[in-house]
Amino acid sequence: MDIFLQQIINGLTLGSVYAIVALGYTMVYGIIQLINFAHGEVVMIGAMVAFTVIGWLAANTALPPLAIVLIGTIAAIPVCVAVGYALEVFAYRRLRHAPRLAPLITAIGASIVLQQIAMMIWSRNPLAFPQIIPNTVYAVGGATITLVQLAIIITSVAMMIGLTLVVYRTRLGVAMRAASQNAPIAGLMGVNVNGVIAATFMIGAALAAVAGVMVGTYYGIAHYTMGALLGLKAFCAAVLGGIGNLAGAMLGGMLLGIVEALGAGYIGDFTNNVFGSNYQDVFAFLVLIAVLVFRPSGLLGERIGERA
Amino acid sequence: MNRSLTVGLCGALLLALSGCGKEETPPASKAAAPQETVIKIGHAAPLTGGIAHLGKDNENGARLAIEEANARGLTIGGKKVKFELLAEDDEEKPDRGPIIAQKFIDAKVAGVVGHLNSGVSIPASTVYGQAGIPMVTGSSTNPKLTEQGLKNVFRTVGRDDQQGPAIASYLATEYKPKVVAVIDDATAYGEGLGNEVEKTLTAAGIKVLPREKGSKDSRDWKAVLTKVKGKKPDAIFYGGMDATAGPLLKQGRELGIKVVFAFGDGACTNTMKDLAGDAAEGLVCSQAGIPVQAASAKFLTDYKARFNAEPIQYSPFTYDSTQLLIAAMQKADSADPAKFLPELAKISYDGATGRIEFDDKGDRKNAEMTIFMMKSGRIEPLAIVKGGATIKYEDFIKSAATAASAAPAAAAAPAK
Repeated sequence: MDIFLQQIINGLTLGSVYAIVALGYTMVYGIIQLINFAHGEVVMIGAMVAFTVIGWLAANTALPPLAIVLIGTIAAIPVCVAVGYALEVFAYRRLRHAPRLAPLITAIGASIVLQQIAMMIWSRNPLAFPQIIPNTVYAVGGATITLVQLAIIITSVAMMIGLTLVVYRTRLGVAMRAASQNAPIAGLMGVNVNGVIAATFMIGAALAAVAGVMVGTYYGIAHYTMGALLGLKAFCAAVLGGIGNLAGAMLGGMLLGIVEALGAGYIGDFTNNVFGSNYQDVFAFLVLIAVLVFRPSGLLGERIGERA
Repeated sequence: MNRSLTVGLCGALLLALSGCGKEETPPASKAAAPQETVIKIGHAAPLTGGIAHLGKDNENGARLAIEEANARGLTIGGKKVKFELLAEDDEEKPDRGPIIAQKFIDAKVAGVVGHLNSGVSIPASTVYGQAGIPMVTGSSTNPKLTEQGLKNVFRTVGRDDQQGPAIASYLATEYKPKVVAVIDDATAYGEGLGNEVEKTLTAAGIKVLPREKGSKDSRDWKAVLTKVKGKKPDAIFYGGMDATAGPLLKQGRELGIKVVFAFGDGACTNTMKDLAGDAAEGLVCSQAGIPVQAASAKFLTDYKARFNAEPIQYSPFTYDSTQLLIAAMQKADSADPAKFLPELAKISYDGATGRIEFDDKGDRKNAEMTIFMMKSGRIEPLAIVKGGATIKYEDFIKSAATAASAAPAAAAAPAK
C-alpha cells in the first residue's frame, strides 16, 4: 500500500507540472487554434533564467533559501513573458490568417531557434541547479514526500485556482472568452483582440516560467533540451483533457502524471516482466489513444463554448 | 534535421558570397596551397543534447592532437602535410551515425576518431568498413563494435564485458549484496553494460531483479525507483549517462533508498556531485580506462592551456586515437587508408593513456578498468582492474611513476 501511495505522490508531482504547462497550450489553442509548440522552450528558458539568478544569489548573498528561489522565480517570469510576447508578435501574428499549417511549422521553427539561443547562452552542459532548499522528507503513511514535491503540488493548485479566477471573474477573462468564441465579432464589440491574444501568450508564459523553476528544483538539473519532451507530454495532457478547455488541461495533466507513475510501477508486475518500466510512455500514450477513441475531443472537450 | 538546414543555409550563403567576391580572391593564398597536402581526419560525437559536454571533451582531445601534429610540421610521402579536423555532431542518434559516416567519406577523410556512443558507433562502423576508412573510438565500450569482424575498427578504451565484470565483482566482494537491482537507459551502451553486470552478479550467486528501464532523456525516476525500493535490493546498478544518472541518484536518496548505487563510465565524472548534490557521496562507479588524472602530465597541462578547462573523461583516449592515426600514416608514409591501415593494426604506441597495442579484433590489449568512489565531492580512484587482477590505485600510480621516472633517469644519467 505504501508503494502504491508513493507512486500516487510521484504521479501527482509530475502531473502538477504537466498541468501547469498544459494550461499554456490549451489557452493559446482555445483562442487562436494554434498549437504553440515553442511553449516547452519557454519552460526551459524559465528554468535557465532561474538557474542563473538562484545560482548567483546563493553564491553571493546570505538570503534564506526560500527567498532565493522566490526571487529566481520572480526574475524568470518577466523574461518568459517577454519571450511569450515576442513569439506572438514576431512568429504568429502575421500568420494569423494564413493556412493552419504555416503557424504550426513556425512554432516548430521558433522552438528550434529558442533551443539554440539557450544553448549559446547557457552552454551544452547539463546545468546543476543549486540545491539550496533543504531536502526535508516527510513520511506520509509509509510513503515519503519531499518539501519540493509538496511545494510543487501546492503552487500548481494555487496557480490553477488563480487562473480560473482570472478567466471567469475579470474583464480580461471575459475578453479572452469572447475572443475565443468569435474573434472578429469580439473585435467589433470593442475587444482589443490582438491585445487579448498577446495577454494569453503572456499568462501562459508566466505559468511556464514557474513550471520551469519547479522542474529545475525538483530534478536538480536544467538543460537546453529539457523543454522538448516536457512540452510534448504537456501537449498530450492538454489533448487528453480536451484541448482548449482549462479544467481539461488540469485534469489531463494530473491524469497523465499518475498514469505514467503507475505504469512504470506496475506494468512489470502485471505482465510478469514481459514489459518493463520502459513501457511507461507507451502505456501513457495507450491511455491517451483509448480516451480519444471514445471521446475524440478529450475528457472534458465538449464544452467548446466555455473554452478560453 | 536543424543542423542540415543550417549547413544548407551556410552553403547557400557561401555560394552567394563567393559569387560576388570572385575577383577579389587574393592570389597569395592560392600560391601557398600546393606545397602542403591537407589530410582530413573526422571526429564525431554528440555536440548537442544531454551529453554534449562529453562530446565536446572528446572533440577537444582530437583537436589537441591535430594541432600538436601540425606544430611538429610532419612530412608524409615526401610532402609537407597539414592535418585538418572535421568535427561533426551525431546528436547521440544511431541513425545519424551512418549519415555522418557518409559525409566523412564524401569529404575524403583519411581516418575517423569516434563516435562517442556505442549505439552510434556500431551502425557507423559498417559504413566506414565498406569505404575502408579506419575508425578509432576513444569511448564506445559496447563489445559488439569490434565483434563484427570489421578490419577497420579500433578502440583505445576497454570493453563493457571487461568493465561490467570489473564493477560487478567489486560490488560483489566489497558490499556482499544478496539482491541487486539493475536499471538501464535502453541504449546500446546502457543495456549492454547492464547485461554484463547482471551476468557477473548472477554467476556469483547474487539475485538480480527484473530489469528496469528508462530512456536517455529520463529525468523522472521516482516511479521506477519506488518500485525497485519495494523489492528491497542491497545495491542498485545503473547503466546510463550522467545527465540521467544524477536525477536518478538524487531521487533514490529522496525516496529513502539507503543502499549503494553503482554506475558505469557514462556517469563516472565529477559532474555527478553537481547533478545529485550530497546524494552523490559514496557513489561507486567504473571507467573503461585509466582515470583522467592518471593521463600523462603533458596532456593534462596542454589540454588546460589550450581549452582553459579540465579534461572530463575520455579526451585522453580520443587524443591518443588521433595520434595513433597520424603515427600509422607516418609509419606507412602515406595517408591512403588502404596503406596505413595495416600499420595501425600492428602499432605499438606510448600515448597519454599508456602503451597502446591492438588485438586481432581491434580492441586494446590489456585495457585497464578503474573503480571510483565519490568522496567529498570528487570521484577518487580506488582500484585498477587489469587482466582480471585488481590493483589498489596507489600501487598502480606507484608502479606507473617508477616506469615513467626510469626513462628520464636513464636519459639524465650520461649528462652527469
